[in-house]
Amino acid sequence: MRPILMKGHERPLTFLKYNRDGDLLFSCAKDHTPTVWFADNGERLGTYRGHNGAVWSCDVSRDSLRLVTASADQTAKLWNVQTGAQLFSFNFGSPARSVDFSVGDKLAVITTDPFMELSSAIHVKRIAKDPSEQIGESVLVIKGPQGRINRAVWGPLNKTIISAGEDAVIRIWDSETGKLLEESDKENGHRKTITSLCKSADGSHFLTGSLDKSAKLWDIRSLTLIKTYVTERPVNAVAMSPLLDHVVLGGGQDASAVTTTDHRAGKFEAKFFDKILQEEIGGVKGHFGPINALAFNPDGKSFSSGGEDGYVRLHHFDADYFNIKI
Amino acid sequence: MADVLIEEMASRLGIDLNQVDWDSIKLPKGEDFGIKSDDEDLREDDPLEFEEGFGNIIVVDNLPQVPKEKFEKLEGVIRKIYSQIGVIKEDGLWMPVDPATEKTLGYCFIEYNTPQEAQLAREKTNGYKLDKSHIFSVNMFDDIEKFMKVPDEWAPPESNPYTPGENLQQWLTDAKARDQFVIRSASDTEVLWNDARHLKPDPVYKRAYWTESFVQWSPLGTYLATIHRQGAAVWGGASAFNRLMRYAHPMVKLIDFSPGEKYLVTYSSHEPSNPRDTHMVVLNIFDVRTGKVMRDFKGSADEFAVGGTGGVTGVSWPVFRWAGGRDDKYFARIGKNVISVYEAETFSLIDKKSIKVENVMDFSWSPTDPILALFVPEIGNQPARVSLIQIPSKEELRQKNLFSVSDCKIYWQSNGEYLSVQVDRYTKTKKSTYTGFELFRIKERDIPIEVLELENKNDKIIAFAWEPKGHRFAVIHGENPRPDVSFYTMRTTHNTGRVSKLTTLKSKQANALYWSPAGRYIILAGLKGLNGQLEFYNVDELETMATAEHFMATDIEWDPTGRYVATSVTSVHEMENGFNIWSFNGKLLYRILKDHFFQLSWRPRPPSLLSPEKEEEIAKNLKKYSKKYEAEDQDVSMLLSEQDREKRKMLKDEWDRWVSEWKRLHEEEGSERQMLRDGEASDQEEEEYEDKEVEVEELLDVTEEVISFDYEQD
Repeated sequence: MRPILMKGHERPLTFLKYNRDGDLLFSCAKDHTPTVWFADNGERLGTYRGHNGAVWSCDVSRDSLRLVTASADQTAKLWNVQTGAQLFSFNFGSPARSVDFSVGDKLAVITTDPFMELSSAIHVKRIAKDPSEQIGESVLVIKGPQGRINRAVWGPLNKTIISAGEDAVIRIWDSETGKLLEESDKENGHRKTITSLCKSADGSHFLTGSLDKSAKLWDIRSLTLIKTYVTERPVNAVAMSPLLDHVVLGGGQDASAVTTTDHRAGKFEAKFFDKILQEEIGGVKGHFGPINALAFNPDGKSFSSGGEDGYVRLHHFDADYFNIKI
Repeated sequence: MADVLIEEMASRLGIDLNQVDWDSIKLPKGEDFGIKSDDEDLREDDPLEFEEGFGNIIVVDNLPQVPKEKFEKLEGVIRKIYSQIGVIKEDGLWMPVDPATEKTLGYCFIEYNTPQEAQLAREKTNGYKLDKSHIFSVNMFDDIEKFMKVPDEWAPPESNPYTPGENLQQWLTDAKARDQFVIRSASDTEVLWNDARHLKPDPVYKRAYWTESFVQWSPLGTYLATIHRQGAAVWGGASAFNRLMRYAHPMVKLIDFSPGEKYLVTYSSHEPSNPRDTHMVVLNIFDVRTGKVMRDFKGSADEFAVGGTGGVTGVSWPVFRWAGGRDDKYFARIGKNVISVYEAETFSLIDKKSIKVENVMDFSWSPTDPILALFVPEIGNQPARVSLIQIPSKEELRQKNLFSVSDCKIYWQSNGEYLSVQVDRYTKTKKSTYTGFELFRIKERDIPIEVLELENKNDKIIAFAWEPKGHRFAVIHGENPRPDVSFYTMRTTHNTGRVSKLTTLKSKQANALYWSPAGRYIILAGLKGLNGQLEFYNVDELETMATAEHFMATDIEWDPTGRYVATSVTSVHEMENGFNIWSFNGKLLYRILKDHFFQLSWRPRPPSLLSPEKEEEIAKNLKKYSKKYEAEDQDVSMLLSEQDREKRKMLKDEWDRWVSEWKRLHEEEGSERQMLRDGEASDQEEEEYEDKEVEVEELLDVTEEVISFDYEQD
């Protein structure tokens, strides 16, 4: 089917997130307003106004009532999904990069960038049921990794936090004590900045994408490397189909080199790989800039991609897709 | 034993060896703890790298022995002689005096700024007559020690017992008749088999930092040459790549094998000590097997920068061009108004003099015979000229005068049967040029020449290429980006000896021609600006076999048998680096991506030992021979699909194990998760979505009824 082109952002996209029911799609971009769309027809529902910098990431609660966003304006904000009202603002001394709600939505993990003399950090915040009782204090702050932490997510039963970033190392932390439990080794691990990380639907494994032109699939409990997917481009975004054994990688060269190369040289395609055989199945073209964000609808029947070009492209799969055999 | 000593020492000093970061330890300069580096012996016979040594000092012997009063006068004389040649260092002249007699000892030391100057001084003043009884004997200071060591009595040299060498042609005996190629990417150099049946390369040998700039196969494929700061080395052998010989040549930049791989020419260019001087050029010709320098050439870069099409700005490589054929008999180089032809037997000029040709611009050897083709441009009233000269007789076989010529290019057919001279001529207004070809039939009596002009005379010639071993040639002509490609043959049906056109392909995206080494097939390639368009064309049938694209491709190379083609994207581009291997008819076999990809070269094969008659016979009965190989191919493909299936099954099983493990853990954690979600039983709906169509048929009740049936008619 023809993809639905969603115009609404004025700057490159940074992150995409579906709610659990798969009827809403939240998009973040370098402009200051996260936007919510109907995941079915791409109609714009509304925006969340209040940030004063690029918005890097967001997460939506299981009941689709709360949205949390992380922004370069050094805040992470809680929103009422329905009204667009800002409920709370967590203030940091440096740009906030990634957010993730825990199972049960009572906790959120927020990472902040290194800034001035501050080093990067992982903050765990308690999310109050009643927004009026919300406080800004962190339950736990983890410091240690060098450079930016591009993504931090919760492990099974909120017992661990998995982080990955510029130092190309994946780390598993104890979410109670902040102790480092596991670390990916040099041999198996990525060689360059890890740009993206996404968990499987059941949270049992996760996929990381890196500028070293590969994506790797890991067991979330033991940090065992299970699969490696090799591509021709630096990987900016990764996603896993909840329905079929497919993974999608998006990327492209640096934004600075885009104008100097042929659009074909850019390969701004979303590449589909067979999750098990690690072989490329196909690609979805369309963006005229690198792909920065990818997300699968929880029903596995559509996915969306967000590019450096400022567009979100919403793709509903054709019937043929479900019959791919290799 | 050494280990034990180290441990003992460490424990005595209280050092924990496990804590030591060995990489951080830097040995003081010149200290090696008695462990000889592998490169050491090579450096010892470095003639030029004397920055720290005494290479810039000469010893002048047979000076008059003078008393104290005349010391200064003698010193003045010597200084005068030697400062003409180069700059003597401050305090660089030292004449020892016998403390007893206060007379000089009859020799002195002179230190120059550079070893080159010292070399020159030695060459120029050795044997200099100061007067009748004082003839200078000049030596390099470094050599003195060597001479001192010469034993007084002659002893017969020890002869080493003969040890049979490895079979250097082992790779040709590959049971699957595969070809090898070498690739360089990042710091690795790797030799691989092209295993086209398995659709992947098969590793042979890999080594990091094997070479410091590039690698090069010898023309018959026996050796692989690597380039290092201290010189070149060749590798080869039956099992792995062993170093067979090293050729010391500091800062070597370029190398060239003679066609029969008997000799290796190395080239280096050195910064002059005086910035106004031109670069110094050093060329050595080595015997490949013994590693001995057969002859060296030194001079300023200007002397070597004459002639050749690229000769205006720098030295055109190779400086020495070898005559065709495998016997490596002659080599030649172009100079100002001369062509110097050397004989490899004596390494001296034929007849002790060069061939004088005023204003000669370019020359090239026939690939098979000792015949030189040379081009002299138009000067004043003298027309431009192309002539063929037989070596060693230096007799002119054929000559052709050409008028209003702007440029000339010479193309030999690989068997030396034909020669094509592409001539760019000015139009009458002299504002533009047009191109024609002069075609020489070398093997026919009196060497007839034919003129070929394209149908559209104004077409620009973009590329020209002879069919290897064949009688056809291809020309790309017309305007970019969509020029035409024409094929011509030198033979016609009636053997009338006229060149005739076979066909013209209109508006092709091509700017380069790559004939298969076996002829018949050609790739019309659009490289550079055309993004790597490839058209595989069969010239026998005059039909396109396939069109393809290797995006951004920079290089194309056929394997020596003409069965496969490699196209590669080298690191001139940042992206897409790697190579593709195609079959001769344009089917992509496999594709390998490598970052920082520099080079791919096929290992050449020596010419076939079969006679032409035998080859023809094989070609005739190809069906009979091919049966065996087809069966083998089939076996391999069966085996492959079998292996593939097994591999898939293994991966699938492994994956299923993971999934079931995850499922188990997920269920185990179910209750805890429910707690975290405030009692919401979430697992059921959280199960992975499954795309299943379920048809349910339920039988509720069966009753039988007899219905009475009557027609009601209105």
